[in-house]
Amino acid sequence: MSGRPITEEDLHGFVDGVLAPDRIVEVQAYLDTHPDAAQRIAGYAGQRSMLRAALAPIAEEPLPPNLDLARMIAQRSRPRSISRRALAAAAVVLLALGIAGGWTLRGPILAPQEGIAAVAQEAADNYAVYAPDKQRPVELRAADRAELVAWTAQRLGRPVAVPDLAASGYRFMGGRIVSTAHGPAALFMYDNDRGTRLVMLARVMQGADQNASMTPHGSGSINGFAWADNGLGYSVVGPAAPDALHPIANDVRRQLSRNI
Amino acid sequence: MNDMLRQIEPLIPALRRYARTLLRDRAGADDLVQDCLERAVNHWSQRRDDNPRAWIFTILHNLAITRLRSSASRPRHIAIDDAQEETFARAPSQEDGLRYRELLEAVARLPEDQKSVLLLATVEGLSYAETAGVLGVPIGTVMSRLSRARERLLKERDGDRGAQPVAQLRRVK
Repeated sequence: MSGRPITEEDLHGFVDGVLAPDRIVEVQAYLDTHPDAAQRIAGYAGQRSMLRAALAPIAEEPLPPNLDLARMIAQRSRPRSISRRALAAAAVVLLALGIAGGWTLRGPILAPQEGIAAVAQEAADNYAVYAPDKQRPVELRAADRAELVAWTAQRLGRPVAVPDLAASGYRFMGGRIVSTAHGPAALFMYDNDRGTRLVMLARVMQGADQNASMTPHGSGSINGFAWADNGLGYSVVGPAAPDALHPIANDVRRQLSRNI
Repeated sequence: MNDMLRQIEPLIPALRRYARTLLRDRAGADDLVQDCLERAVNHWSQRRDDNPRAWIFTILHNLAITRLRSSASRPRHIAIDDAQEETFARAPSQEDGLRYRELLEAVARLPEDQKSVLLLATVEGLSYAETAGVLGVPIGTVMSRLSRARERLLKERDGDRGAQPVAQLRRVK
């Protein structure tokens, strides 16, 4: 005997068969000397077995077809069961669209980009790849600025200073060397307090546009300004309206030309 | 997903029973179980605890409560007796059938929170702790609800068997 008083919880546990064996003995001893409690517990136990018996037939029924779990799991792993005919029809439509689209777009796609138009495209492409990167947007951080500048100078064959955009609310995050169709380029990244990121791409111009005035590019929410000075092409790209981005690009250009 | 099939499929009959007893509507209960299983299939990999039975009963219970609350505002016009006949008509014998039916009627009259505890802990065999987890209440609340449900069912039974002052007064009048 543990001597612990028998509680209401013990009595229900006794009815539901969830007590430890030695506690069952103790409750049994208690019930032997408390006929009122014993009667009540007998009533609960009778109720319990009757309720279980009354409801047991439901659990013995065969399952209706809509409760076939194996089929539900199979459907889940093949989310859309499209018929072969629908697939064939879709293939025909896509092929037709591809041919029509290819013909219509043959001009712009095939035209090779040169000059600062190419710089603008390369900057936009690299913005799209690196700016959303949460893991490693830059390879060398702002703290390693000297190393980054040396690396850039070595790969581009020309030094590129790191513009300071604090006046516009943007902090230098760092940068990396990226590849373009026209050789290596430096990509510097900045962000502001709202987490908005800008990039500046710089690379050596080959042939056309050794010097070019600032030109807006971009479409929709991502915009950019590209220009070339003294054989180096630049583009500043970010998710800002042209009105907001233009003064920043001007600031970058002013700082870089001072440094050259 | 194979372990899901192995662990959840054997529970489907119990899920149907719980849903049907709460809703008292055979087709509606099976729809609810289907809904529950679909959710389970979609969220199997995201479940945190390692107790599939308590997990799936929690999903079903929450769906059932939502269904009961929404249908409370739009009552379906089915006579209780007809619904009961359709829902629980499978009596092993005349006499048992009558007693079962009286008991199920009495269970049906219990407040919803007491009914859930009684069904989970006594019919479905969940531990008191699991029942508390399914209902999202402390274990002490489970115990007091269970106690009140059992006491009330005993009183109703004794009332049916013995003198029924209230009912008799009505009859005399």
